[in-house]
Amino acid sequence: MFTAKPFESTTRRDFLKAIGIAGAGLTIGVSLSPSRAAAEADAAIITKSNGAFAPNAFIRINPDNSIAVVIKHLEMGQGTYTGLTTLVAEELDADWSQIVAESAPADVSRYNNLLMGPTQGTGGSTAIANSYEQMRRAGAAARFMLIAAAAAQWDVPATEITVNKGVMSHKSSGRSATYGELSTLAAAQPVPDPQSLTLKEPKDFSYIGKSLPRKDTGKTDGTAIFTQDIKMKGMLTAVVLHAPRFGGKVKNVRDQRTRDQQGVIDVVQIPTGVAVLATDFWSAKKGRDLLEVEWDESEAFKRSSADILGEYKSLVEKPGLAARNDGDTSAAMTRVARVIEATYEFPFLAHATMEPMNCVVQVNAGTCEIWNGAQLQTGDQGTVASLLGIPVEQVKINTLYAGGSFGRRANPHSDYVVEAAHIAKAKKGTPIKLVWTREDDTRAGYFRPMYVHRIRAGLDEEGNPLAWEQRIVGQSILAGTPFEEFMVQNGIDATSVEGASTLPYRIPNLRVELHTVDLGVPVQWWRSVGHTHTAYSTEAFVDELAHAAGRDPVEFRMALLKEHPRHRGALKLAAEKASWGTELPKGRTRGVAVHESFNSFVAQVAEISLQKNGGFKVERVVCAVDCGIAVNPDVIVAQMESGIGFGLSPLLMSEITLNEGQVVESNFHDYQVLRIDQMPEIEVHIVPSTEPPTGVGEPGTPPIAPAVANALFAATGKPFHSLPLKLG
Amino acid sequence: MPITINVNDVDHTIDAAPDTPLLWAIRDHIELTGTKYGCGMALCGACTVHVDGAAVRSCVTPVSAMAGKRITTIEGIKSKEAKAVQAAWEQHAVPQCGYCQSGQIMSAAALLQTNRRPGDDDIDRAMSGNICRCATYVRIRAAIKTAAANLA
Repeated sequence: MFTAKPFESTTRRDFLKAIGIAGAGLTIGVSLSPSRAAAEADAAIITKSNGAFAPNAFIRINPDNSIAVVIKHLEMGQGTYTGLTTLVAEELDADWSQIVAESAPADVSRYNNLLMGPTQGTGGSTAIANSYEQMRRAGAAARFMLIAAAAAQWDVPATEITVNKGVMSHKSSGRSATYGELSTLAAAQPVPDPQSLTLKEPKDFSYIGKSLPRKDTGKTDGTAIFTQDIKMKGMLTAVVLHAPRFGGKVKNVRDQRTRDQQGVIDVVQIPTGVAVLATDFWSAKKGRDLLEVEWDESEAFKRSSADILGEYKSLVEKPGLAARNDGDTSAAMTRVARVIEATYEFPFLAHATMEPMNCVVQVNAGTCEIWNGAQLQTGDQGTVASLLGIPVEQVKINTLYAGGSFGRRANPHSDYVVEAAHIAKAKKGTPIKLVWTREDDTRAGYFRPMYVHRIRAGLDEEGNPLAWEQRIVGQSILAGTPFEEFMVQNGIDATSVEGASTLPYRIPNLRVELHTVDLGVPVQWWRSVGHTHTAYSTEAFVDELAHAAGRDPVEFRMALLKEHPRHRGALKLAAEKASWGTELPKGRTRGVAVHESFNSFVAQVAEISLQKNGGFKVERVVCAVDCGIAVNPDVIVAQMESGIGFGLSPLLMSEITLNEGQVVESNFHDYQVLRIDQMPEIEVHIVPSTEPPTGVGEPGTPPIAPAVANALFAATGKPFHSLPLKLG
Repeated sequence: MPITINVNDVDHTIDAAPDTPLLWAIRDHIELTGTKYGCGMALCGACTVHVDGAAVRSCVTPVSAMAGKRITTIEGIKSKEAKAVQAAWEQHAVPQCGYCQSGQIMSAAALLQTNRRPGDDDIDRAMSGNICRCATYVRIRAAIKTAAANLA
């Protein structure tokens, strides 16, 4: 558990709003930091080592005129180094080339996610949304102090000083100076109240809205440093033998052959298994292969996927807890002309980041230092502090680039971080690099849960939907986590039903029910969380309704979205750009889906071709996204491409299966993911908007699977209810 | 036992078991970390290096087989093709998380070293062994074409 009680001052409503579940518009926090004292205490700090001026917690202006922007969010590929830096540069009027992004330390008093209460963390596609005003105010405050310094130095009114690309000028006296030249003097200026500063109007933006080059550099020449790349004197690599089943425990270890292995230094028993410590990975791995461990499986999870699926399919026939209840579905069903029904099946999914989970930890007397692609710093910090019995502040976290995460590194139990800390605790003073093999990573659990949905809808004589009843069966992601208190209410885990309980279509009688199943399989959020399955079931089913009504899928949706202009805007743009309704060559069809997640709206039109071998190919995807003000259009395009590619894997090939509790899949040969020859052409269009910016890391994923399935439905006349698709 | 391998034009004598995969010799013994571990079974391509100019999955290549070979990693590439690929990767802003990109670049450079004008099928064949979970594939394809055009 968190020792810092991260959410104590956040209301559930705020939290839900923040992560987009409430479906309402986003409220942006307006303070520079909820802990103003901490932010202002940073002001006027001159760093002793090099004389840098730190006007606040987010900016450091160096005498050499370089500017460090401190990024509180994890860079895992989504472009947050670029986006947050853009916000500062905009108000600071800095030159893009003088700015370097660097990762913030774990310090919740300064670097909390304003949409997660007092928690430092990245997720729910909130980075830009929660930073939009905060980072701009940080930039404006720095600019204010630098101009004040120039005004004092030159003895001219501050109002006569202009700034262009980091150079301050006073026209009538002909004087000019860089920020670096006046940084020391700026530190002596009064710190402005951030709320007193006027931010730019969007029409005056020079950086926001432009596709500036990315700031997460070093990724084309091998110099970018990930956790896997940390090297330290005396560091040992740890490879852990885990229990073959969830809940299994070590009973007996025979490790003499391991200890005799060249390079092996020690063998350490930890709660999650047996760790082999060696001078290098290969020696540790060979040592692990020689371990003989007997497991206590008395409390281990031993069920199989087929058995769980059977239970879910039987549960879905029974009423569950209501997550939404508009009108009277049961009564309406008696009046409809036609009832359509479908049952959907979704397997467990692994995140399968390219960089398998890993973590470097060094424990010394009373302190601990961690190197990790940390996504929930506050959780990791608190959990490790509890484990070691030291104050939270004594746990230092260095957040590195993550080689992908898709939610995995935001583990609410800090699973792999705790594992590394246990090993480091047993080897005090020695830096320990825990390295999971691909097999460890695939089999470690924390999967996207398995789900079954059943949807029944009733249409009137004209084909209009009068009633919609959806039941969802699956595990709760949030049960037993610090998030439970805020996001599980009346037995409904918001992440189990989001996207279904928020169905935007105008259907007068609409009921969504949930069965939460308690299962010993560790589960976790996976890029776009509940939307990974609800977007599929709802958007594939809407196409079945349109088909039954004999209506065009785009027109059918538009008619039911009258109160949802942003859904309509995205859908209209995608349909137009995809030439929806025009004829395609023989063997080609289109399918469409539109879905809101994390307060962004995405519509996609997928074009597929049937292949001679009975399969099909996704040829082209046209995507329209409304994410409010587009801070960096190219990053948005990249995230849509990425979300589409990521969402194609569970549609086409990815599946984790359990056989008597053991994970069947182990590596990329049996847990397959999308490769380049399966990637469609993608065209992304951004809906022009003046709304505050919302996230793009996740919202590209949900619509792609139903869009493709709907194209297949159009081609074959057969709806697809089970993922991954099994054709033929 | 000591083994000598030539990496990026430098001879390194390392004390590693003969079955040590080249990947771990490069990462843990020579301490060049640009080459990444992804699967250990030649399934993902993150570990791709050049051995005598050809793309090789270093995670399944024993270091004992490397005597007398010229190994090139992402840190040491300097062929025209490799430089064109790196430049095109920057131009198209290909990397997202970036973890697989050393391997992608090594595979793409090896492709252009043998085929200066690859079509889509050639790109599929040469690159389908390299997984990118951020799915930067659209840009990888475009960047390879740009690099090829710039080499023409």
